[in-house]
Amino acid sequence: MNKGAKPASEAIIRLIGIEKSFGDQQVLNGVDLEVPEGTTTIIVGASGQGKSVMVKHMLGLIKPDKGQVLVYGEDINKVKSRRLKEIRTTFGVLFQNVALFDSMTVYDNVALPLRERTRLDEKTIRDRVTDKLALMDMKDAGEKYPAQLSGGMRKRAGLARALMLDPKVIFFDEPTTGLDVNKSNELYRLFFETQQQLGYSAVFVSHDVPKIFKLADYVALISEGVIQGCLPPEEFQLSEQPKIRAFVRETMGALYYSELEERGLYEEVQS
Amino acid sequence: MTLLFEKIGRETLWFLETAGRMGVFLVRSLYSIFKPPFKITPVFRQIQFIGARSVFVILFTGAFTGMVLGLQGYYTLNKFGSIGFLGSAVALSLIRELGPVLTALMVIGRAGSAICAEIGIMRNSEQIDALECMAIDPYRYLMAPKLLAGIIVLPLLTAIFDVIGILGGWAVGVGLFGVNEGAYFQGMYASVGWTDIRMGLAKSLIFGLLLVWIAAAKGYWLHLERSGGFGAEGVSRVTTDAVVMSSVSVLVWDYLISAMLL
Repeated sequence: MNKGAKPASEAIIRLIGIEKSFGDQQVLNGVDLEVPEGTTTIIVGASGQGKSVMVKHMLGLIKPDKGQVLVYGEDINKVKSRRLKEIRTTFGVLFQNVALFDSMTVYDNVALPLRERTRLDEKTIRDRVTDKLALMDMKDAGEKYPAQLSGGMRKRAGLARALMLDPKVIFFDEPTTGLDVNKSNELYRLFFETQQQLGYSAVFVSHDVPKIFKLADYVALISEGVIQGCLPPEEFQLSEQPKIRAFVRETMGALYYSELEERGLYEEVQS
Repeated sequence: MTLLFEKIGRETLWFLETAGRMGVFLVRSLYSIFKPPFKITPVFRQIQFIGARSVFVILFTGAFTGMVLGLQGYYTLNKFGSIGFLGSAVALSLIRELGPVLTALMVIGRAGSAICAEIGIMRNSEQIDALECMAIDPYRYLMAPKLLAGIIVLPLLTAIFDVIGILGGWAVGVGLFGVNEGAYFQGMYASVGWTDIRMGLAKSLIFGLLLVWIAAAKGYWLHLERSGGFGAEGVSRVTTDAVVMSSVSVLVWDYLISAMLL
């Protein structure tokens, strides 16, 4: 992890001029974004600004009205469905509500990608699933159903499933929504450890500002349907761009944005 | 006036869009049946769900349909002094019409609604998106086993319905009203031909496909349905729609197939 540095590596995902509307509502209005390989990019923005819609474009679940989505340099809306499948096998996704298959046990959920996408025998599958569940501290939860798990455990099960095919990129859509501080720290720790281990790139959609900045290589703000800036977290917090300033002020409080107030505070302390 | 044209245009577009979507769904689902990897266990599971668990309902409705046919048939035929035809009347109405149609309606009520709700909830909770992101084709993984099971199971259930119905008719006609047992069955042997069996079979095959198709497609396209939308209410509305639409389609197709094969 090379926090704050400019990307030395190629962009694995590029959104170019993405426009998308649902009915009369224009959600994306020319979104440009690059996700450099091996980095963690965080997409922030107010609710309803189209963060999840952006991620769904990257996954090829939604087709843009205009613009291109390049993954590994290929336009995923133009490639053959077989190639799209190949591309998707290098993706892992942790959905906002985890999207575990609720009629299957946790074990079967985590085993599903292996059973459907590989020709491994059941014994190898069992070993790998057990390994991944152990990595997530969920050794004993394999036989439970998703509905029987707590929110935090469900997220970890989702992460285990997302990691199953050793993805190159993992997408996290609001991974810590609804978790308390300890549980979300736990999830961030697991993310950090597995990323160190497996070296995947990550795209986060998150509200958890400023904590999430610690994990980020880049932070991108979406507002009014366009990316207002994609910067390393330190630069993001100090940015002069009015929309970014407003966002930082709103989410992180006065101290972070206003030199005047900061100075005032110091004077008070000194006197 | 412009408003009227606008409305007509909008409705026509909506109709075409829906029809196209349903058509694409059917083609992709059928195609996915032939796509490897082939897995037999999910098909058996669906056969158990759509078929085996419907047997009791089918036995029950089959028996009572046969009994009421025996009852009504006896009174009607008695007026014309042709009680000897009771067996063939019961058997022909069951095999050609009532067996396939009532079986299909029962399976729609029991399994069609469940299929639609199940897939609708999967769509709602992003489980279908999750499948796609794992590069698992939802058509092959979810639809193909259900469609195959529907096509396999409906003719079998219809056969059970027919047999139990004929026995129900026998119980009322022969047991209650004292119609000659030999006449009941002999009339049946003489009048029921392979064309009748074939028609019943054709109907049940098509109904099997039809009911799974409509239920699954309605659930799958939940988010695009006018009545659908998201949330539990969306699922309930779409499920109701699916049940109504597949029941009506079964009756319409029943007429069309009869007209074509007669």
